[in-house]
Amino acid sequence: MRRRINIYRDIDWVTVLLYFILVIMGWLNIYAAVYNEEHNSIIDLSMKYGKQMLWIAASILLIVTIMLIDSRFYAFFAYPTYLFVIFLLLVVLLFGTEVNASRSWIVIGGFRLQPGEFAKFATALALARFLSAENMKIHKFKNLLSIAVIIFLPAALILLQNDTGSALVYASLLIVLYREGLSVSVLLIGFFAAILFIMALTLPVLYVLLFIVFVSCVLLLLLFEAKKDVLKGIFFFLITVGVLYLINLISLDRSFMWVLIASVVTSSFVLTIRALIHKIPILFLIIAITIGAFAYTFSVDYLFDNVLVAHQRSRINHLLGIESDPLGAGYNVNQSKIAIGSGGFSGKGFLQGTQTKYDFVPEQSTDFIFCTVGEEWGFMGTTVVLLLFLMLLIRLIVLAERQRSGFSRIYGYAVVSILFFHLAVNVGMTIGLAPVIGIPLPFFSYGGSSLWAFTALLFVFLRIDASRRELLR
Amino acid sequence: MQQVSLNTRKYVVISIIILIIIIYIAKLFSIQVLDNQYKTSASSNVLRHITQYPVRGLIYDRNNHLMVYNEAAYDLMVIPHQLKAFDTAALCEILDVTPSYVDAQLRKAKNYSRYKASVFLKQVSAMNYAQLQEELYLFPGFFTQTRTLRKYPDPIAAHVLGYVGEVNDGIVENDKYYKSGDYIGISGIERAYEHELRGQKGVEVFMVDVHNRIKGSYNDGEHDRSAVPGQSIQLTLDAELQAYGEKLMQNKIGSIVAIEPASGEILAMVSTPTYHPNLLSGRQRGVNYRKLQLDSLKPLFNRALQAQYPPGSTFKVLNALIGLQTGVVSVQTEYSCYYGYHIGSFSLGCHGHTSPLNLIESIQHSCNAYYCHVYRNILDEASDAGIVVNYQKWREIARSFGFGKKLGIDFPFELQGLIPESKYFENIYKSAWNSLNIVSMAIGQGEVLVTPLQMANSTAAIANRGFYYVPHLIKNIEKENGIDPKYEVKRYVGVDEEHFDPVIEGMYQAVHGGPGSTARFAKLEGIEICGKTGTAENPHGEDHSIFIAFAPKDDPKIAVSVYVENGGYGSVYAAPIASLIIEKYLIGEVKRGWYEERIFNANLLSREKKD
Repeated sequence: MRRRINIYRDIDWVTVLLYFILVIMGWLNIYAAVYNEEHNSIIDLSMKYGKQMLWIAASILLIVTIMLIDSRFYAFFAYPTYLFVIFLLLVVLLFGTEVNASRSWIVIGGFRLQPGEFAKFATALALARFLSAENMKIHKFKNLLSIAVIIFLPAALILLQNDTGSALVYASLLIVLYREGLSVSVLLIGFFAAILFIMALTLPVLYVLLFIVFVSCVLLLLLFEAKKDVLKGIFFFLITVGVLYLINLISLDRSFMWVLIASVVTSSFVLTIRALIHKIPILFLIIAITIGAFAYTFSVDYLFDNVLVAHQRSRINHLLGIESDPLGAGYNVNQSKIAIGSGGFSGKGFLQGTQTKYDFVPEQSTDFIFCTVGEEWGFMGTTVVLLLFLMLLIRLIVLAERQRSGFSRIYGYAVVSILFFHLAVNVGMTIGLAPVIGIPLPFFSYGGSSLWAFTALLFVFLRIDASRRELLR
Repeated sequence: MQQVSLNTRKYVVISIIILIIIIYIAKLFSIQVLDNQYKTSASSNVLRHITQYPVRGLIYDRNNHLMVYNEAAYDLMVIPHQLKAFDTAALCEILDVTPSYVDAQLRKAKNYSRYKASVFLKQVSAMNYAQLQEELYLFPGFFTQTRTLRKYPDPIAAHVLGYVGEVNDGIVENDKYYKSGDYIGISGIERAYEHELRGQKGVEVFMVDVHNRIKGSYNDGEHDRSAVPGQSIQLTLDAELQAYGEKLMQNKIGSIVAIEPASGEILAMVSTPTYHPNLLSGRQRGVNYRKLQLDSLKPLFNRALQAQYPPGSTFKVLNALIGLQTGVVSVQTEYSCYYGYHIGSFSLGCHGHTSPLNLIESIQHSCNAYYCHVYRNILDEASDAGIVVNYQKWREIARSFGFGKKLGIDFPFELQGLIPESKYFENIYKSAWNSLNIVSMAIGQGEVLVTPLQMANSTAAIANRGFYYVPHLIKNIEKENGIDPKYEVKRYVGVDEEHFDPVIEGMYQAVHGGPGSTARFAKLEGIEICGKTGTAENPHGEDHSIFIAFAPKDDPKIAVSVYVENGGYGSVYAAPIASLIIEKYLIGEVKRGWYEERIFNANLLSREKKD
């Protein structure tokens, strides 16, 4: 039996209010960022702020449409939507138009669309649908594989469009998987991988390998009851290193790195035999992790040099402190920090910002819109914006947790993850805490595609939430 | 149990979010409230980097005669934000532009940025600039920026010098040095020595206030870097000889290449039709370039190293040398010729001359039949290993003279000509091929193609009796010691020194011998010229006239190749042109007035249009 619902009564007005506050604030800041005395009306359609007003108006239409559609529609059409978006991504890859070195736009008439923005929404739906299936065992290998495909297929296509930033957003869906029961160790491995990635780029390979060996030893000590055996094992390993070191010294004359690799391979071989005899599966795991980490370290170096484009490399290098070049890759971040920092505690006042307006900050209406907030509204403004986002995110988590169906809860978490990732990276890059990977600030940044995509993402969840009582448990 | 533990995870997620937000707020507090560095950076000033363009290096000829210099030009820039209402009509009058141009440029500039400078008009002429400077105060928002343009005192050597132009997007993306709007050498020497000529851009760092006004030098100029001027370079070219060569070739299509055999230095490299190099410099460059590009005579095409022609009978010299080297003929070998080479149903004609001839006479009279014998001997008798091996051996020696490969000149877009692999013939004749199939290559017809540069280079190798230096155009670079050592290495050809004398004697006799010698028209009193005529069949019209020569015989100072398209027999145009070039270079002036007049006045362009 289904209860009738009343959208007007059941929609979460707190979220709606937060949404409109953010959108209007975004619009005012776009106005301030690209303010032009000759076209000083905020609704002048020849300027970005006039256009943004149109996008906002269109978003309201979009919201009404979403509200009119039955909530079951979204779960039902999750896969077709997903497949359609994948299709669009392929189209854009083949026939798309290049803007700022990213081939991510479809141009139809005078109208430009970025399918990549909508892919997040579709992926969230598909992931929710898949994970909410009955008897879902998230740790079954087959399921893990399917989840990986659902998430990484659009990410890979977007990566091929040369839009690395948008592709990285999909990593945020790990938060959803975590909430749905993905074991912490899997996340830890991911975390370990990230640390190794950074180490591989900043430190000599030998140090990274030593670190891996150290971590493996700690893991062994932590996971085994028989500490004595573990110590024996470590002792055995050290002896192997010593012997191989001597052999190398006498006849081979390779670097110590090769000695270390040879020692790990030898010890792993011996340990594997022991694991087979005594049937200790956890030992296999640790060996696999160690060897895998070694291979990973070498491939990171390779990927970094051969897959990433030069400007991405230098941005990562800059963030890691390897490259300090205030006129090069770090220039944008420096200008952005100057703009935000110059705002002081209370800001210079509406339309009084100079750093952003006079083109010192790049992309001031899109990726770096937060600079305008910082410059014109000061620390108070930035804090208010961050707190508004925080309230929105926590509110969404509360809503997600009150859902009766797995589908709507998972979808809600996907919304939270995507919004959070955008917020963290976008704001982080303007203040030098995250790499400059160029993704928009939700609801704030100029652009129809991104505003609609975030609006659809959010309001589909509110629509489902409004109908939560339809479903009786 | 499972569900309970999962429920606690929401707190973990919330905590992470709160943690990140707190970190961000703390960081914002630090840069917005605690740290004053950003405020001073912004409130007083923002840095502006103004590029200092270096002057491009000058180019001189071998006698230090200036060939390329720079002339100041002024770009008119505009900052839309600083514009005040101005008299458009007055501006149009000063600059010679239309009001619609002004509108379009201003719109473009505003679209780019209201606060950064855009180019409003490139390369304002010196005359307009004088007036503009006086009245610039009437047009706030406009200012001028100095750039330099390439200028050429003499209307010569356009192909050799090449031209500079603005970098395209591809270059900007691949080379960090270049920014949009920079100039780069696009062809010729300008391209080959771009790195030496361009110098190093400098930068001046200024502090700019919020209204974009320059407030002074940043940190007392500590971060300024002055521009390093480009290095001047000296070419091996002799400007006078080059100019003379271009005059000889006027109204003709073709090429002259002159090399100093003892060094590989290129003395002249003429390709006609040519154009005035000033056409491709300055504001009219784009218009002129399109005009030249559409010209049916292809003036932009550098025939000296990009035209691939059949060498005609000049190739007999090479075959004589290879014949001697492989031992299939000797200096005494005689063959008779009855108006050509006839075997079975095959027939290759020859002109009338005495018969039989020995090797020296065969060159002197340019006998076709003789070289059909020589070439077939090379292919059939040089060894018992069969035609494929013998052909490849022949090809290897031909390539050692620089044919069929890029020579490695310091100049872009060199072509390699063609000396086919034996496989090429195996494919055509389905492996059942014999020396008769390709016998036309004996006299430089058929599948063989060479460039004028390669012809001149092989002539230099003959003049040197067995070696050459890679031909090059660079003589000296201002701040470097010497030139690329690869131009100082002797490259030995695959023919021993002793075989050259009889062949050179044949070339000497061709010019200086009695009646019937093919190149008597090239004779020059007092200089011993060795030469060989060639005539290449041209299916599209009149034959091409070819001549290779060097002089003096015993101490060669110059080796020349001349190729005149549609010029008829080699002796008609190419030989006298080569002779005049040698006279000009060795004697310094030409005394045979009637002789050079005939060449100056000859117009062969109409022959081209027949086709």
